[in-house]
Amino acid sequence: MLEIRNLVVKIADEDKQILNGLNLTVNDGEVAAIMGPNGSGKSTLSYVIAGKEDYEVLDGEILLNGENVLEMEADARAAAGIFLAFQYPLEIPGVATMTFLKAAMNAQRKARGEAELLTPDFIKQVNAAADALSIDKAMLRRPLNVGFSGGEKKRMEILQMALLQPSMCILDETDSGLDIDALRIVAEGVNALRDKSRGFLVITHYQRLLDHIIPDTVHVMSKGRIVKTGGKELALELEKSGYAAYGEAA
Amino acid sequence: MAAVQETIDQVKSIDVTEYKYGFITEIEVDKPAKGLTEDTVRYISARKNEPAWMLEWRLDAFRRWKTMTEPAWSRVNYPPIDYQELYYYAAPKKGASPKSLDEVDPAILDAYKKLGIPLSEQEILAGVAPENRVAVDAVFDSVSVVTTFKKELAQAGVIFCSISDAIQEHPELVRKYLATVVPVTDNYFATLNCAVFTDGSFVYIPKGVRCPMELSTYFRINEQNTGQFERTLIIADEGSYVSYLEGCTAPKRDENQLHAAVVELIALDDAEIKYSTVQNWYPGDAEGKGGIYNFVTKRGDCRGKNSKISWTQVETGSAITWKYPSCILRGDGSRGEFYSIAVSNGAQQVDSGTKMIHLGKNTTSKIIAKGIAAGKSDSTYRGMVSAHRKATGARNFTNCDSLLIGDQCGAHTIPYIEAKTATAVFEHEATTSKIGEDQMFYCQQRGLSEEEAVALIVNGFVKEVLQQLPMEFAVEAQKLISISLEGSVG
Repeated sequence: MLEIRNLVVKIADEDKQILNGLNLTVNDGEVAAIMGPNGSGKSTLSYVIAGKEDYEVLDGEILLNGENVLEMEADARAAAGIFLAFQYPLEIPGVATMTFLKAAMNAQRKARGEAELLTPDFIKQVNAAADALSIDKAMLRRPLNVGFSGGEKKRMEILQMALLQPSMCILDETDSGLDIDALRIVAEGVNALRDKSRGFLVITHYQRLLDHIIPDTVHVMSKGRIVKTGGKELALELEKSGYAAYGEAA
Repeated sequence: MAAVQETIDQVKSIDVTEYKYGFITEIEVDKPAKGLTEDTVRYISARKNEPAWMLEWRLDAFRRWKTMTEPAWSRVNYPPIDYQELYYYAAPKKGASPKSLDEVDPAILDAYKKLGIPLSEQEILAGVAPENRVAVDAVFDSVSVVTTFKKELAQAGVIFCSISDAIQEHPELVRKYLATVVPVTDNYFATLNCAVFTDGSFVYIPKGVRCPMELSTYFRINEQNTGQFERTLIIADEGSYVSYLEGCTAPKRDENQLHAAVVELIALDDAEIKYSTVQNWYPGDAEGKGGIYNFVTKRGDCRGKNSKISWTQVETGSAITWKYPSCILRGDGSRGEFYSIAVSNGAQQVDSGTKMIHLGKNTTSKIIAKGIAAGKSDSTYRGMVSAHRKATGARNFTNCDSLLIGDQCGAHTIPYIEAKTATAVFEHEATTSKIGEDQMFYCQQRGLSEEEAVALIVNGFVKEVLQQLPMEFAVEAQKLISISLEGSVG
């Protein structure tokens, strides 16, 4: 369970405050969507939960299963179960995707005091996950994300999510840059991971993604706060009326 | 910018003096007065019982050297070297020219043991499969203290000994090949080396012989204010093959030490020489105090048709590295290769690269150079590829990549390309990248620690070159690279 209480965040080297006392809870098994206009602080929220260092937390707390993650480095948060699917996944030249996946899985296992994965087990898991996402095996031998198309990069994010088995998945604008077929594959990948022990925070600008990943809860974010919470019908309503009303509400 | 700033702070605070091989061995040494005169040259030659022709050759080089000036074109800065303030010869007193290991000063054997280089054949033999054996020539300051597996090699007809012994025992080979690749007056440091070289290795592989084991020389500079002038000569006769590895370390001292070596390789028809270096001289402290000045001339001559010479180097040490292992592709169809990883940290300066000189028809060459710069270090790749008028069908592929860690280091690529035949095809690729803060965050978000992330990215970067090293040395080199970069990020 992810609980965020009164979170106040500014950009580290600037005076610009982005999150202004944000409150949010995502229960285990829940798929929560956050929608909001550009500049409302959606991506900042995802980075702060994952532990990016460009921000300064002025107040509030973020608890994962009751434990304050603000004290933890990004890698420790990952091992604790937080996964962020990036809006713009980074390229890692020279490092084969397979090598990266194995290093990441073993690093998390090590942090949790578990034994390293045996290579045959690892390969079996990767192949199964790649098949489910229609990822060509040849791609797994290429350097991670280098020269991948937008859709390939997003699928690779979901592949990593499937392999790392996080308890809290954050998807930051995962639909951006995807055509309708890629969107469906990615959404199916996410839906396959829905589980009563796993929470999702789906950040999106458009309702379209939520046709494929049906949320339990929809939050509207504006000016660094959650300003309205409702069911999946709220997303449809927003699609019709736009965000203008909420810009003023904040 | 927090992560990058942290990286930079960490780099600033690295103690590059945490150099694992920085110990000093206390032994009595025999050395002449400081400074360099004709008498010094005579002293060295006399100490080695050299024949008259060798002394004359040295004196001639010395006289020429006095007329030369130190080159200043490289991208490195250092205070002027006072050649009269150096010692040019230092030999352990006890057990000079030992006949067997028993006569070698135990302090020296102990020093090599600490370096992880066992010199006792019994020790090496224990638990090592024959095909994995490595014969070692151990050079301590100015003299070779021991060469292992000489007998076994002799059975195959391979000559592997110190150059001093070769001058005594195989003068005809030495006279035939010495300075035929690097001429006496090639450059300032090479000429100086001719005058005062003290020891080094000599290898001769007879026709059609595949050398039964890896050969290696381990250089150690111990004495204070002493220059090490090593001379290595490797000849692979027709159809033979040899793989040779060179390792180097030095104690941690506040003064700079000078290392000016000359290495000459000669490959005759269909012969192949693979020369690998893991250079780990003391790099000096973070402020640039102390460390080895490494001014080295290494050149291979593919003299015969279809011969091949390949240089692989992993450079992590030295305060200053000035080194361009090169290939002269004289024989038709010959091939030259250069694979290099240069890691610089702290205040290290590296100006290194290669030359591929295509003279014969259908000669090919390949250059893969990877530079990693961290701290306040500065790394320059300087490479030349040239094709002579007669070198029809010459081909070269060059790839130079630089990886920067932090924002106070520099990487530069300076290629020189000269083609005098229209049929030559030369390709050059170069990239410079930086381990970015976003890349680091991405890796950490997947659970990798900062150190694991850097190691992963760096290993990916150098993989292509590490694959060229003999297996056990590749593992060693990989460790060395991560030690050299330790603390360069969080």
